[in-house]
Amino acid sequence: MLKIENLEVNYGMIKAIKGVSFEVNQGEVIALIGANGAGKTTILHTITGLVAAKAGKIEFEGQDLLKIPAHKIVGMGMAHVPEGRRIFQELTVYENLKLGAFIVNDKKRIEKNLEYVYAHFPRLKERKNQIAGTLSGGEQQMLAMGRALMSNPKIILMDEPSMGLSPILVSEIFQIIKEVSADGTTVLLVEQNAKKALAIADRAYVLETGNIALSGDAKELMNDENIKKAYLGE
Amino acid sequence: MSTLIDGLSLGSIYALIALGYTMVYGIAKMLNFAHGDVIMVGAYAILSTIALLGSPIAAIVVAILVCTVLGIFIEKLAYKPLRGASPLAVLITAIGVSYFLQSVAQLIYGAKSQPVTIGNFGSVAVGDTKISLAAIITLAAGAVIMSALTLFIKKTKMGRAMLAVSEDRGAAQLMGINVNKVITVTFAIGSALAAFASTFYLMQIPSTSPTLGAMPGIKAFTAAVIGGIGSIPGAMIGGMLLGIIEKISLSIPVLAPYTTALEFSLLILILLVKPTGLLGKLKREKV
Repeated sequence: MLKIENLEVNYGMIKAIKGVSFEVNQGEVIALIGANGAGKTTILHTITGLVAAKAGKIEFEGQDLLKIPAHKIVGMGMAHVPEGRRIFQELTVYENLKLGAFIVNDKKRIEKNLEYVYAHFPRLKERKNQIAGTLSGGEQQMLAMGRALMSNPKIILMDEPSMGLSPILVSEIFQIIKEVSADGTTVLLVEQNAKKALAIADRAYVLETGNIALSGDAKELMNDENIKKAYLGE
Repeated sequence: MSTLIDGLSLGSIYALIALGYTMVYGIAKMLNFAHGDVIMVGAYAILSTIALLGSPIAAIVVAILVCTVLGIFIEKLAYKPLRGASPLAVLITAIGVSYFLQSVAQLIYGAKSQPVTIGNFGSVAVGDTKISLAAIITLAAGAVIMSALTLFIKKTKMGRAMLAVSEDRGAAQLMGINVNKVITVTFAIGSALAAFASTFYLMQIPSTSPTLGAMPGIKAFTAAVIGGIGSIPGAMIGGMLLGIIEKISLSIPVLAPYTTALEFSLLILILLVKPTGLLGKLKREKV
C-alpha cells in the first residue's frame, strides 16, 4: 500500500534521513520506533509532503507521492496526525472536525464521519462547541485523531500520540488506535513509547540516526535483547 | 456628535484598509507595504471611469475589479516567487512594488493632484448639528462590508480555510487546503476592500495624486498594529479608534497641528503596554 524506497532527506547541510526503506501493507499496524532525533517525524512529514525529499521514492497505491503537492495527499486517502497535535487552537472542536473533512464534499458523508468520530471519542461530542485550545492534552490528542478520521482515510499516520499524556490516557489512546485498525484503517504509528507501540503493532521498524537499524515482527522485536535494553528499559 | 460620526466614518476607511494589511499578514505572514498604493490605483480607476463614462456607480465597480485583479497580480508576480524566502526580502520587494505603482501612476497621470467628484452629498441636520451625508454613507457601508466579511470568514469553507492557514499552514495543508489558493483569495479580498476605501476616501477628500495611498496606508497599518496584526476584529477596532482620535484631535484647536504625532504616539504607547496590540495573541514559536 505504502512503499518507501531509499528515502533521503536533508535539512540544509544535515542528513536527517540516510536511505530508509520500508513498507506498509493494507490492514497492518506498523510501528516506527526510535529515540528522539532519529528521524521519525521527518519521515512522516516527507510522506505527506510537508518536507521535500532529496532522493528516493514514496509510493502510495502505485502513485509517486513525491510528485504530488501536500494538499492533494489527504484526498488520496492518507491522513496525518502530526507531532504536537497541531489542532487549530482558536477554532472550536466542531470547526476543527469540519476542517478535517475539508476535502469531503458530500454533506451526508461528513455527518456520518462526524458520528463515527463522536462514537469513538464521546468527549469530543460533549465539548464540540469548546475552543480547541482550552482542551486538555488528552482531549487535544483525541481531537487531532478525530480530525484525521474525518477524511475517511485508508491509512492514518500518527506521530507520537502518547506524547505528554498520563499513562491512563496513553492506554485510552492506544485502545482507540486498535479500534480504528479493527475498522479497517491501516495505521503507521511513530512512537518513542516503544513498549506500547510494539504491543499493538503487527510489524515494526527501528530507526537510528536516519537509518533503519532493525525490523521485523512486533512480538519478536519485543523479546529482542537489544531492543529490550535500548528501548524498553528492561 | 458630528465629530464622532466623522471619526467613525474615517475609522471605517482606516479599518477597511487595515483589514487588507492584517489578513495578508495573518495568512501569508508578510507585510504588504504596497497595499496603500492599491487605494491610489483604485482612486485613479474611479477618476478615469468617471471621465470616460460619467457614472460614479460604474466607477466604483471598475475600481473594485481593477484593484482585485491588481492584488492578485502583485501576489502572483512579486510575492509568490519569494515564498519561503527571508521576510526581509519579501518586505523590500513590497516596498519596491509600492514605488513601482506610484511611478506608473505618475507616468500615466502626472505628479499633480487631480480633482475627482463622486457626487455632492451635502449634509443632514440632526437637531442643531449638521452631519455630513458622505460620513453617514461611509459608516453604514463600512459596517455592512465588515459584517459581510466576518460572515464570509465564519460561515464559508474558504473562510474557515483562511483561519486554518493563518493559524498553522502545515496543518492546513494536511487537511487538503491549497495554501496558494487561499493566499490568492486573501489578496483579492484585501484589494477589493482597498477599492471601497478609495471610494469612501474620495467622497470625503475629492482629489487624487500618485502618493494618495501613502498616508492612509501608513495610518491603517498603524491601526492594524494597534488592534493586533493578524486579528480581523483587531483591525476593525484599531481603525475605528484611530479615526475617532484623529477627528477629535482635529476638532480641538490646540491639538489639531499635532494630530498625526498623537496618532503615532498612541501606537508607541500601546506597543509599550501590550506589544501584541489590543487583540493580538502571543504566538508560541514552533520548534
